Amino acid sequence: MMEKMIFGRFMPGDSFVHKLDPRSKLLFVFAFIFIVFFANNPVTYAGLLVFALLVIFVSRIKLYFLINGLKPVIILMVFTFLLHIFFTKEGNPIFEWKFIHVYEEGLRQGIFISIRFLVLVFMTSILTLTTSPISITDGLEVLLNPFKKLKLPVHELALMMSISLRFIPTLMDETDKIMKAQMARGSDISTGPIKERVKAVVPLLVPLFVSAFKRAEDLATAMEVRGYRGGEGRTRYRQLKWDGKDTLAMILLVAMTALLITLRS
Amino acid sequence: MDIQLQKVSYAYAKGTPFEKRALFDVELAIPSGSYQAIIGHTGSGKSTILQHLNALLKPTEGALQIGDRTITAGKKAKDLKPVRQKVGIVFQFPEHQLFEETVLKDIIFGPMNFGVSEQEATKRAHKLIELVGLPHTILEKSPFDLSGGQMRRVAIAGVLAMEPEVIVLDEPTAGLDPRGRKEIMDLFLQLHKERNLTTILVTHSMEDAARYADRIAIMHEGKCVLTGSPEEIFGNAEKLATYRLEAPRIVRFQRELEAKIGRRLQTLCLTEEELARAITAAVREERAGQ
Repeated sequence: MMEKMIFGRFMPGDSFVHKLDPRSKLLFVFAFIFIVFFANNPVTYAGLLVFALLVIFVSRIKLYFLINGLKPVIILMVFTFLLHIFFTKEGNPIFEWKFIHVYEEGLRQGIFISIRFLVLVFMTSILTLTTSPISITDGLEVLLNPFKKLKLPVHELALMMSISLRFIPTLMDETDKIMKAQMARGSDISTGPIKERVKAVVPLLVPLFVSAFKRAEDLATAMEVRGYRGGEGRTRYRQLKWDGKDTLAMILLVAMTALLITLRS
Repeated sequence: MDIQLQKVSYAYAKGTPFEKRALFDVELAIPSGSYQAIIGHTGSGKSTILQHLNALLKPTEGALQIGDRTITAGKKAKDLKPVRQKVGIVFQFPEHQLFEETVLKDIIFGPMNFGVSEQEATKRAHKLIELVGLPHTILEKSPFDLSGGQMRRVAIAGVLAMEPEVIVLDEPTAGLDPRGRKEIMDLFLQLHKERNLTTILVTHSMEDAARYADRIAIMHEGKCVLTGSPEEIFGNAEKLATYRLEAPRIVRFQRELEAKIGRRLQTLCLTEEELARAITAAVREERAGQ
């Protein structure tokens, strides 16, 4: 059930996108989330979509795999699309049948919003698919460093994030194991009436929480015996390296922003 | 209940770049009432097979016969509860599945899911808690206040309470001390004989397989490569080595002894007692011959 999900998953590779510094990738995606909102006409939206597809192509991640893994998100997208189609009542009517009226503006809005959604999800998924969780947190820690002046516990936040990312697969495996053990005892979370399914959550969650707390305690002990005492004066084994590729990505970002601003109506 | 695997193949995460085949055309027949051990190196597909045995996983190719139910690839199997009631699985570290407020409630969870009345289930719990070697007073305690070994016994009682006809054990003694190991394994053997169960033991331990099982299957890289009686399997050390397995300590000892005294004992011995008897017999023979 969960093996198809790609949210937050990392796929090692050696494409151009994989080799970028996490800092430039983070900056790029972060800025991208904002500039998507510059698009407001067919040319700019088409441009965004083409760009996202290009990035996917360069990252050598298969499109069908991406779409397969993002199924829940796509269902949400279709839902918003339908909402727009049926409830925007502006422009010329283009389709009428009994109580269903579709207007030009509704179709337009529906398509635009869907593209915006798709492009955002694609770009953020590409970020997590091509960057290992450890480099993401390393990159974030460096990028957030200036906020240390504002007494923000940057190192601790980054550590918390990397620990939680690290334990996602472990907890998923654990969930799978406990679910199977309870299924073998006749409690089934995936079939039967809703009431039964809700009841079947308790035998799953209690053991999961127990083991998560136990793991947290073990991890804290293990860190302490190895002398961990926060980020003060801590050096790094993995050094981040900014090179020509990253500068190129930043130039691309600026160019995209400029292009979007000129082409928007 | 007979269990039969016919050309069963299984792939995890089928249809994604993470796809990983775990089983290749596995053929295995487990007749009713037998004690079958499945042994193999880590990653040989033992655990994947185990999850097929009560349809927690369905084969991606091939078919699986459990009693009178056939489970085939692609077909949606409706209502697997009867199968799951008949085939009980004791997973590795079963203590991780405990969740109820009291031990009693946890033990009756399984049977009640299969429609057994609370009264009957409680009766079973009282019988079983004794059987697994724990005092009755423990039934009212929280399972999380128990020691690791006690939790393991409670979890085993929880599976036995379903009164399955087939019991599947996945490394049931992992992490226990030697005495606990022997007690638990002897308990399963006793149940196997008394209730005429079909027992399937998935294990790393050649010693356990030799001592308890009457049939052994060897898994290697997702294939079932060898089946036979313990004598047949462990008598062939060269073949075992190709699957990165070693004969049990007793068998190795017997072989070394035979090499030293320059003659073979009459039988291949799988337990200390058998070996002691065989050696005594051999010594007597020698004396009589002189």
